[in-house]
Amino acid sequence: MTINWKQIGQYGFIMGIAIWYVCLVGMVETFDSRGIIDGTLFTLGRALLVVISLGLGYVTAMKVSDGNFGMGVMGSLISGVIGAVMTVVLVLAIEPLNMRAMFVNASTSLIEILTFEMESQATGLTILAAFIVGFSVLGGIIYLLPSLPRRAIISGFSAVLVMGMLGELLTVVLGRFDLTEILSDFLYGRNGLSIPGAISIFIFFAVVSVLWATQKDSLQSGVENLPPTQRRTLSWALIVLSIIVLILLPQAVGPYISQILVLVGLYALMGLGLNIEIGLAGLLDLGFVGFFAIGAYTVALMTSTGELGVSGTAIADYSNFWVAIPIAVAVSAFAGIFLGIPVLRMRGDYLAIVTLGFAEIIRILVLSDFLRPLLGGAQGVLNIPKPAVAYAQQIANQLPWYFQTVFFFFVSTDGRIKDPAHFYYIIVIGCALISFVAWRLQNARIGRNWMALREDEDVAEAMGINLIASKLLAFGIGAAFAGLSGAIFAAQVGSVFPHSFGLIVSINVVSLVIIGGSGSIPGVIVGSLVLVGLPELLREFAEYRLLIYGALLVVMMLVRPEGLWPSETTRREMQSDEDIEPVPVGQTAPRSV
Amino acid sequence: MSSILSAQGVTKRFGGLVAVDHVDVEIEEKSIHAIIGPNGAGKTTFFNCLTGFYPINEGKVIFMGEPLIDIPPDQITRRGISRTYQNIRLFANMTAIENILVGQEPHLKSSWIGAVLGLPNTRKEEEAAHEEALRIIRFVGMQGRGDVIAKNLSYGDQRRLEIARALASKPKLLLLDEPTAGMNPNETVGLTNFIRRIRDELGVTILLIEHDMRMVMGISEQITVLDYGQKIAEGTPAIIQSNPKVIEAYLGRGATDPVAEDTETEQPEIPAT
Repeated sequence: MTINWKQIGQYGFIMGIAIWYVCLVGMVETFDSRGIIDGTLFTLGRALLVVISLGLGYVTAMKVSDGNFGMGVMGSLISGVIGAVMTVVLVLAIEPLNMRAMFVNASTSLIEILTFEMESQATGLTILAAFIVGFSVLGGIIYLLPSLPRRAIISGFSAVLVMGMLGELLTVVLGRFDLTEILSDFLYGRNGLSIPGAISIFIFFAVVSVLWATQKDSLQSGVENLPPTQRRTLSWALIVLSIIVLILLPQAVGPYISQILVLVGLYALMGLGLNIEIGLAGLLDLGFVGFFAIGAYTVALMTSTGELGVSGTAIADYSNFWVAIPIAVAVSAFAGIFLGIPVLRMRGDYLAIVTLGFAEIIRILVLSDFLRPLLGGAQGVLNIPKPAVAYAQQIANQLPWYFQTVFFFFVSTDGRIKDPAHFYYIIVIGCALISFVAWRLQNARIGRNWMALREDEDVAEAMGINLIASKLLAFGIGAAFAGLSGAIFAAQVGSVFPHSFGLIVSINVVSLVIIGGSGSIPGVIVGSLVLVGLPELLREFAEYRLLIYGALLVVMMLVRPEGLWPSETTRREMQSDEDIEPVPVGQTAPRSV
Repeated sequence: MSSILSAQGVTKRFGGLVAVDHVDVEIEEKSIHAIIGPNGAGKTTFFNCLTGFYPINEGKVIFMGEPLIDIPPDQITRRGISRTYQNIRLFANMTAIENILVGQEPHLKSSWIGAVLGLPNTRKEEEAAHEEALRIIRFVGMQGRGDVIAKNLSYGDQRRLEIARALASKPKLLLLDEPTAGMNPNETVGLTNFIRRIRDELGVTILLIEHDMRMVMGISEQITVLDYGQKIAEGTPAIIQSNPKVIEAYLGRGATDPVAEDTETEQPEIPAT
């Protein structure tokens, strides 16, 4: 039996470097303010160490075990020891080397965190080493467990981590109602989860994941075996249920989360548009924010009561948000087609660069002195009124009281759409509508043509597909969706500035489409929840946002390149050849024809 | 019989290199016509000229009485010329049925607005297209494999599917670029019979490029021989077999000639400039 020293050493070294890194950039110290489990030393800062040692122990066992239990445990033990030694060296080196001069985060409080706030450094370092080695070995053991317990432990552990991390937010949300406040009092302590809460969350999610894994198939076949009428009833029931949940959600979670959901929705709308370009037609567009900006500025100019708006002109009486929206969508679609014309013959990288330039041109044009009288330059367009719903009060008066309550979910009592919750509904309706359109297109002749175009442009053309029309349609429809998003954005924020439309927005949208699963509509929604929603919830760590973002992108592309919720086609593409069943020899022989 | 396609003095140059040099070919309607020649003789380039992928420098192509000048490839397909590729170029990640549905593109009319609104006409057309695709799958002998992803099909099936996709556009003239490449003798016989069946049952004129001499001689009614982009012989298999120029082209110099290597233009990736 040979021991793969090289790989074990490699992963141990990576573990050490990763720990050095998160310590020295200050993540450990910053994150330490958030507790995961109240009253213990288990904080989010130390959770970083846990995740790193657990993860690399897991990977070491995966790489070296070769089906052998002892070997796997030993591998993760050795790599854990390497990681622990490197961490201890870091702690010991901070003061003698005066590392603080270079790394401002190598502070005494970092040492305190790493030595578990122990009086004597020796005890603290021993605990630290045992901690890292222990979690590394635990990671190795988790990998070596049969799949069911492994699944249970990973789900339970991740649930505790996530629920602990979001503790502050969840207590606020749960505290809104008496019934849920009892739950929150049980689950959460002063800073993080209470110990019984953590245990129950762990058990709950472990059991649920095991049940899901074991019962999924029988549940699925159970549903499939239902008679068609019952199945239809079931799916309608699910739709009605999700509509009710979507309607009640902002009421339940309060304005802060509603605002986050609005942002998620705005990105999801853009993602759905970009998904048509990238996911279906394979046109890599890095300047997507340009269309978002065009939609936003159209609404701004058409509705603003400021000096740049139409107020005082002949059309002022007829122009409002509801009129501006379709025009904004149309203008964006036109811009998409307009951009599409010069880049028709470009592929891949070249297209990406041109679209990148396009977005910058739009931004700089808006900032320019030349268009300043029209678009307001860096000062932007201000005083965009909130959308009004005509006769809201009169309509409400006609309704019975319970419908009235629901009616005022959607619009404020003065007939304006102004709160985050009101915009949430606009966004949800927009997303539902756009998803439906995208889904229909995807499964139609045009969707098929787009896919063919992505696979092989020359052959697609030789099959009779009109490249120009198909590409321009993809650009136009994608841009229209982004324009809708921009239009709602302008109305919600109440003012538009050029700096809201930077390159980072385009990068976010491309990332969420790819992380979610290119070509997949639910993937876009999941992608925007993860990439837009989560960072918003962790605002206090904003300075590390891009770092985590980048790390997540790299890890995702390595571990799950097809995305979180991949489309059927992407799954097929990512399938490596070995996954494909070999075709029996007999089948290659010609059949009699 | 009348000619369905007539190439008159077709010339294609890449810089100083003349890949196809004043080639005249007449293809009789409902015939099986082969183009042969050593590697790099310009056969595939000639195909690319006929299908509009490369613009022609000189000469003209007349298809069913109408000249094909400056017409993009998709329009040429709509007029009734359809092709397969030497190195299989299926839409690899789409199913067999989806590949054939894309092939039916020239006959589909529904607009994307109809698809979004779910108009009955659009739905009817899609259903009819699906049925037609299944019919074509049966015709090429691939029943039950319609939902397989193209790249997971066996090599022989991929070749068949490529032909099926080309047939889906209901072409009048089918261009096959080395349809039996990489097949064993058994498979070649099967495919030869299949090609004959396409002509007999569907009445499609077939123009094929082929290296397998036994197959060419067995199936073709007319053969055109290209060498260094020029037509060096034309006639029935019997005439071609005894033509001294053809024998010289194949045995005298062959494919090892460095110039011939350079003129290898059978890679469609080379951009047409």
